Amino acid sequence: MARFVVRRLFQMVLVMFAVSILTFLIFNVIPNGDPAERMAGRQPTEVQIEAIREEWGFDENIVVQYVTTMRKVFTGDLQSYFTQLPVGEEILRGLPRTLSLAIGAALLWMLVATCFGLYSAMKAGKFADRFLTIIALIGISMPVFWIGALMNYYLGFKAGIFPNGGYVELTRDPIDWAYHLILPWTALAILFIGFYSRLLRSNVLDTINEDYVRTARAKGLSERRIMVRHVLRNSMIPIVTLWGLDFGAVLGGGAILTETVFDLQGVGQYTADSIGLLDVPPVLAVTLLAAFFIVFLNAVVDIAYAYLDPRIRLQ
Amino acid sequence: MSAEPPLLDVKGLRVSFATEGGIVRAVDGVSFTLAAGDVLAVVGESGSGKSVTVMTLMGLTRSPNARFEGKAHYRGTELIGAPEDVLRRVRGAEIAMIFQDPMTSLNPVQRIASQIIEQIQEHEGLPDRQARARAVELLERVGLPRAEERADDYPFELSGGMRQRVMIALALSCNPSVLIADEPTTALDVTIQAQILQGIRELRDDTGAAVIIVTHDLGVVAEIADRIAVMYAGRVVEEGTVDQIFHDPQHPYTWGLLGSITRVDRPRLKRLPAIAGLPPSLADRPRGCHFRPRCPHEFAQCTTVPPLEARLPDQPEHRDRCWLAPAEKRGRREVAPGEIGLEAKEGATA
Repeated sequence: MARFVVRRLFQMVLVMFAVSILTFLIFNVIPNGDPAERMAGRQPTEVQIEAIREEWGFDENIVVQYVTTMRKVFTGDLQSYFTQLPVGEEILRGLPRTLSLAIGAALLWMLVATCFGLYSAMKAGKFADRFLTIIALIGISMPVFWIGALMNYYLGFKAGIFPNGGYVELTRDPIDWAYHLILPWTALAILFIGFYSRLLRSNVLDTINEDYVRTARAKGLSERRIMVRHVLRNSMIPIVTLWGLDFGAVLGGGAILTETVFDLQGVGQYTADSIGLLDVPPVLAVTLLAAFFIVFLNAVVDIAYAYLDPRIRLQ
Repeated sequence: MSAEPPLLDVKGLRVSFATEGGIVRAVDGVSFTLAAGDVLAVVGESGSGKSVTVMTLMGLTRSPNARFEGKAHYRGTELIGAPEDVLRRVRGAEIAMIFQDPMTSLNPVQRIASQIIEQIQEHEGLPDRQARARAVELLERVGLPRAEERADDYPFELSGGMRQRVMIALALSCNPSVLIADEPTTALDVTIQAQILQGIRELRDDTGAAVIIVTHDLGVVAEIADRIAVMYAGRVVEEGTVDQIFHDPQHPYTWGLLGSITRVDRPRLKRLPAIAGLPPSLADRPRGCHFRPRCPHEFAQCTTVPPLEARLPDQPEHRDRCWLAPAEKRGRREVAPGEIGLEAKEGATA
């Protein structure tokens, strides 16, 4: 276990290092990427631009620029080029919103997909199964920015059943918090519900024909116990694994569109805004954070996998 | 033996499955009885319907495509067509089953003791501690070394032979009256096979349970069974005691089966003896005797189905489905009685 943790930590450092270099390089080769020109405002003079270059260190060698920027990442002094606000604080402000969205949506899609998938498998080939299959395919085919916008417009703006975007702090009013998040959770979860219920259905149908399920039946167990203890328990192992990875991906940028559509002002929306401005420091910081989440959740998933399936050993 | 009603009485059992290739008649009129302490071997090639027969007794072949006919009485309970909740009380508690492949028949992510405890608690509702004590005791009884520690192992931590012992412990955990073993030794190597069979026989002696053992291995049969039913293409073609079948086989298919046993103490043959041809497709079986196309002794009468009946006056329990006269058969049998893979026992009848 200790070896596993050390190795994963080492891997995390490597991944984040590579990600930071790539992000930094990409923004340096993008046409029109010179931040000094854009920071100088409209119709700047060459002197003004030069002054900004010197002040922010844009005239330095790219290696030096990278090292300076990364030092700021670790000391927390990173500033946006355009708003000049500290990046760390902005991310910390957005993180609870992104986490609220991601955790709620992940729980929702897992719960609903488990019910749909199991029910579909038990009714395989019948009407209910076909109906759920079509629903799942529709869910998979709907882009989140489209279904999100529709939900926001019809249920939020027109019908007024739900708030029209926005976010309320959990600590201020938990009910209002959930009320504001119902639409974003649903919009984000729909795609995953489609995928997960299809996957669970096929896993359950595979598992149901396993010899040990026949043994369980020969033991005289109730159908319910057979389905839960023996079929579902074994069918869920790969899905729980996938769940962890997808959760990491949602935290690492998968929720950008949802946050933007529902104006949640989370990390995703901050990223989207910063990319639009070619604002390197926030994008770099958020990318590092995303890489961290993904590598971290990968490790968590591996530990969970070893726990769920004793045949797997961590090494 | 026939004074009291038999433990298990199967009459005219038929099982068919609707498939895309037509209706598959897997079991076609199988009847047998079983008294306490009996060991019945059901023998036949793959696809002869032997596994389907025994699994049907426990309702394990039920599916939307399956059709069942006939009766199977177990101590006053009719098993065929019984509602699931009635059957559920029989499964594991009254009739228990040991499956063919111990590598896949145990839940890979559940500790072995827990798999046994689960069954005990389902049927007897014992508290955890007592159920566990019984599980460990059972594991000891079937010869799992250091049972107390190993009870918390997962199946993958045990060898094939040990897993089959766990399966046996599981089957015995509620003291069933009928133990069904579906090819219990097929997946195991030869030395382990003997130990497992020895174990099953001891358990029969200890508990007085009746045993049905399904196998295609005649060595297993000779080792453990009292009676044999030979199945071919869904029908019993011959049944009798082990001595009768081994020393005076009546059906040409049985001759073929017995002739297929190779012996290391005989001169090596150029080719391994085998029955020519293939078993018929169960969706499209030949008219009359199903063995007809492969039988070198076929004659006109074979196109009608021969009834399963006793044809030897001195062996009323020895029945077969072959139209040939017994005297004719003895002349045509290529292997002499007593020469068929089993040494003549003292006082064997013939």
